[in-house]
Amino acid sequence: MTTDLGTDYTSDEMMTVAAARRLRDGQSCFVGIGLPSTAANLARRTNAPDLVLIYESGTIGAKPDLPPLSIGDGVLAETADAVVSVPEIFNYWLQPGRIDVGFLGAAQIDRFGNINTTVIGPYDDPKVRLPGAGGAPEIAASCREVTVIVRQSRRAFVERVDFVTSVGFGSGPGDRERLGLRGSGPRTVITDLGILEPDPVGCELVLTHLHPGVTLDQARAATGWELAAAPDLRETEPPTPDELAALRRLTGR
Amino acid sequence: MATVVPLAEAVAELVHDGESVAMEGFTHLIPYAAGHEIIRQGRRDLTLIRMTPDLLYDQMIGMGCARKLVFSWGGNPGVGSLHRFRDAVQNRWPAPLEIEEHSHAGIANAYVAGASGLPFAVLRGYRGTDLPAHTATIKPITCPFTGEELTAVPAINPDVAVVHAQRADRRGNVQLWGITGVQKEAVLAARRSLVTVEELVDELEPRPGAIVLPGWAITHVSEAPGGSHPSYSAGYSTRDNDFYLAWDEIGRDRETFVAWMKEHVL
Repeated sequence: MTTDLGTDYTSDEMMTVAAARRLRDGQSCFVGIGLPSTAANLARRTNAPDLVLIYESGTIGAKPDLPPLSIGDGVLAETADAVVSVPEIFNYWLQPGRIDVGFLGAAQIDRFGNINTTVIGPYDDPKVRLPGAGGAPEIAASCREVTVIVRQSRRAFVERVDFVTSVGFGSGPGDRERLGLRGSGPRTVITDLGILEPDPVGCELVLTHLHPGVTLDQARAATGWELAAAPDLRETEPPTPDELAALRRLTGR
Repeated sequence: MATVVPLAEAVAELVHDGESVAMEGFTHLIPYAAGHEIIRQGRRDLTLIRMTPDLLYDQMIGMGCARKLVFSWGGNPGVGSLHRFRDAVQNRWPAPLEIEEHSHAGIANAYVAGASGLPFAVLRGYRGTDLPAHTATIKPITCPFTGEELTAVPAINPDVAVVHAQRADRRGNVQLWGITGVQKEAVLAARRSLVTVEELVDELEPRPGAIVLPGWAITHVSEAPGGSHPSYSAGYSTRDNDFYLAWDEIGRDRETFVAWMKEHVL
């Protein structure tokens, strides 16, 4: 198959593979449903076989054969090391900072990595009512670090989110500390165009990688703020045949 | 001691117009049969409480049962939006819907406080988000020992909690296993409770990981085999993911939705 990038993989596949590579073997990962779940399950089949998948349904160490549709499919409980109640997963496991990586999606994300999954437009008269917070605000606050996976477009990458559902770096440096958020916040944002990371000083998301075939202008055109590129902007390694085969086994393609 | 009664009788006795009803089950064991009975009995002005409204509350909202929704994640898991919920919030159809919006951690802790007989719960949550500005039941609180600023949410004590479980014995002791969500907390926080079960048995065999709700902590138990469909009851059924995918089309359009409810629920 050839795509509009002239490659034998799609931009979504590149995104999922790039996200999976960021997860390290042996880490514990609090997994959101959708794109994060697919990428985390791919990581378990490629670079991180001992990744501990934790879903908010209380399933710790789930090992599903295929990515589940929901965060509570039966296969998660059947294959988990432990199944705990919902208060326990949030209070005993997430809140004290035991979990390495929070892996989240977003409807909107802004230059400081704040995430909106609540409403587009005003809260009391929304243009689009989105599902809401779920576990994300506390995942974003308490995991040691956060990885976000989201398709890049001007609609999603905005100067300031319409609603802060989950805090990244708030309004900039020092905000996480001031708010008492103990995790380090979003370290990586993976899109279908490239990878963004927060500037170590200013906390603003900066482009560090472009996926093969994507230009800096394309990434900027898909970003609602003046996107800065890292001085050592690199090209992402394309998916290997093994990564693609593993991903396609997962997604049934 | 719980009494075992037919579902229609239990709903008629326990669920009243204008009251607060918590129907829990986190993806697993969602009490659909009981929700459908509430719809058939035409309850109105309910405050519906549920972490993940799921298709069940989408149906109850679309059929006009709800005045208010207390929730933390209102989507169709892995599929997308709940269109009846969206239509109610965006367009006030079929009626305006007041919302009280939380995070999962917030509601889970509010149930724990309710079950514990405490007025509120404390958590590290919501800090820096826009939720406290829109939800009156999220407030900052200072730790009296360290001075640290944390967040408080008031206890949830529903008038009635409704959950589904795998089985119960004839004395109303309930056994459930798999993903147990917040069902135990919801039942113990509520003034009255109804548990629907897949099966009534003479003797509850012990099962690893199962929790038991003693009959004396429950008001009524009703037998409702298959009563969690399209969610599932581990050991009895699997999640009907095809139905969750199909609901996206059924729920999207008002007329299609009402026709489906008339054919399958009413």
